[in-house]
Amino acid sequence: MNDLTASERLDLIRNKNRPTVRDYIPLLFDDFFELHGDRLYGDDGAVIGGIGYFKGMPVTVIATVKGRNLEENKASNFGMPHPEGYRKALRLAKQAEKFQRPVICLVDTSGAFCGIEAEQRGQGEAIARNLMEFSSLKTPIITVILGEGGSGGALALAVCDELAMLENALYSVISPRGCASILWKDASREKEACNVLKITAEDLTGFGICDHIIEEAVGGAQNGPEQTAENISEYICEALERKMKKSLDELLNERYTKFRKIGEFSEI
Amino acid sequence: MVLEDLFSVVKTRFNGDQKDEEKKKTDIPKDLMFKCPRCSNVAFMDDFVAIGKICPNCGYHARLSAAERLEVTADKGSFKEFDGGMISKNPIGFDGYPEKQEALRAKTGLKDAVITGEATIHGEKLVLGIMDSNYMMASMGSVVGEKITRAFEYATENKLPIVIFTCSGGARMQEGTISLMQMAKTCAAAQKHSQSGGLYITVMTDPTTGGVTASFASVGDIIIAEPKVLIGFAGRRVIEGTIKQRLPDDFQSAEFLLEHGFADMIVERRRLRRTIAHLIRLHKTDSRETGNGGTHL
Repeated sequence: MNDLTASERLDLIRNKNRPTVRDYIPLLFDDFFELHGDRLYGDDGAVIGGIGYFKGMPVTVIATVKGRNLEENKASNFGMPHPEGYRKALRLAKQAEKFQRPVICLVDTSGAFCGIEAEQRGQGEAIARNLMEFSSLKTPIITVILGEGGSGGALALAVCDELAMLENALYSVISPRGCASILWKDASREKEACNVLKITAEDLTGFGICDHIIEEAVGGAQNGPEQTAENISEYICEALERKMKKSLDELLNERYTKFRKIGEFSEI
Repeated sequence: MVLEDLFSVVKTRFNGDQKDEEKKKTDIPKDLMFKCPRCSNVAFMDDFVAIGKICPNCGYHARLSAAERLEVTADKGSFKEFDGGMISKNPIGFDGYPEKQEALRAKTGLKDAVITGEATIHGEKLVLGIMDSNYMMASMGSVVGEKITRAFEYATENKLPIVIFTCSGGARMQEGTISLMQMAKTCAAAQKHSQSGGLYITVMTDPTTGGVTASFASVGDIIIAEPKVLIGFAGRRVIEGTIKQRLPDDFQSAEFLLEHGFADMIVERRRLRRTIAHLIRLHKTDSRETGNGGTHL
């Protein structure tokens, strides 16, 4: 069992040797074809999308992607999507619905990009639209958080039928850095904030947000990308089996309920 | 208006720090004077309140409490509140969160950052949601998420239009990832309402940002914004920190949103009631038969 603290996991998932989406895609899917562009503005390098086979079944893959080196990171904006990335994701999700392919989302992002152009092109609207449309997409959606699940930028690919997290992955409403700067006016205390926010896979399983924890190779995914990919593959296979046999009504009702029931309040 | 925009000089804020200091120095009695956060003009509080809390110089529409908003929006006595006793828990055991809430409840008379209910505007029935920035900057946690969701569900079941006056600092950090999930929950409920053919109007007020902009606020069939208000996804300081330069003053304003295609119209506060009633009437299926579009309003 994993007894690392949230801040130790943050170090692990930011480790430069941690496998990225680019490492996992060839290990998980056969004949993957990347599809580009949102048909509205451009092609965002922070989101990879495409089609391929998963154990012989055609699937649509949508993923936020971090680079493995500076060059890749320049192309992928360090895994922080612009609105066109979310709109590309939505276009491909709609395409998957049309051709009745399940959607597999892989998430590893510190968050949606914060910048002038992102605001001009409607970062908020792009995320909101995905939340709304994915909630009623007529095909199964499985999301796996591989590393960082950064706020709305991650959620935009995580309105799904089942959410799984790699055992060291984190999923948070605010970056630990942002939280520290608000709480203590000191961004350098991000490790403390990390532990306050309750963002590990175990924490989130307790809240009913994470449905499944996927084991990584011993000591972290960087020690065994193939082994970790094998575990992810096994999980996706089981999850798809569970979801593919449901009627569309059942699938959509359960997806609605999955999010509908999250919230802690009392009524006086 | 258009001409004015053409010739307006985009002010950069290179002297921002200095300006901030100057602001602190100016000693203005808060209860007597109103200082506009947009244009820094100072007006008598009585004058400012008399015209509906609008800056007499630049037209910035200042914040209203939920109670004030309700008063200037719904027909008198028509509002029936939903879920008035809902309060949040402390799901991640966040230090000081329950105490902060208790203090705010006592101070504002609110239970959380939104009120919802059924009302009429110029006789048109609707479901109404009004957020209040006096309560933790109207951040969205479990209670806001649940009440907005229930409001959508009620509107769907009863085939009613829904109008939400949004303002928010974003998702409520103090409830951790649970507050993030409220974004998905509210959008899913908005989608059901939309798919049932219901009309959803958003009125964006000062300030609408973060997780609320990135969820239910941005998916209205019709998006209205009040003049000069702040609307955006990321915080200004966050963006300035990323790009290492000052942003123009009109960045993330209602006008900026309209210019970039993310709002349908900017409507002055005094015209909101009529506009909303008019829009609801236009979406009634029986108005097609009578041809009574309500232009006489």
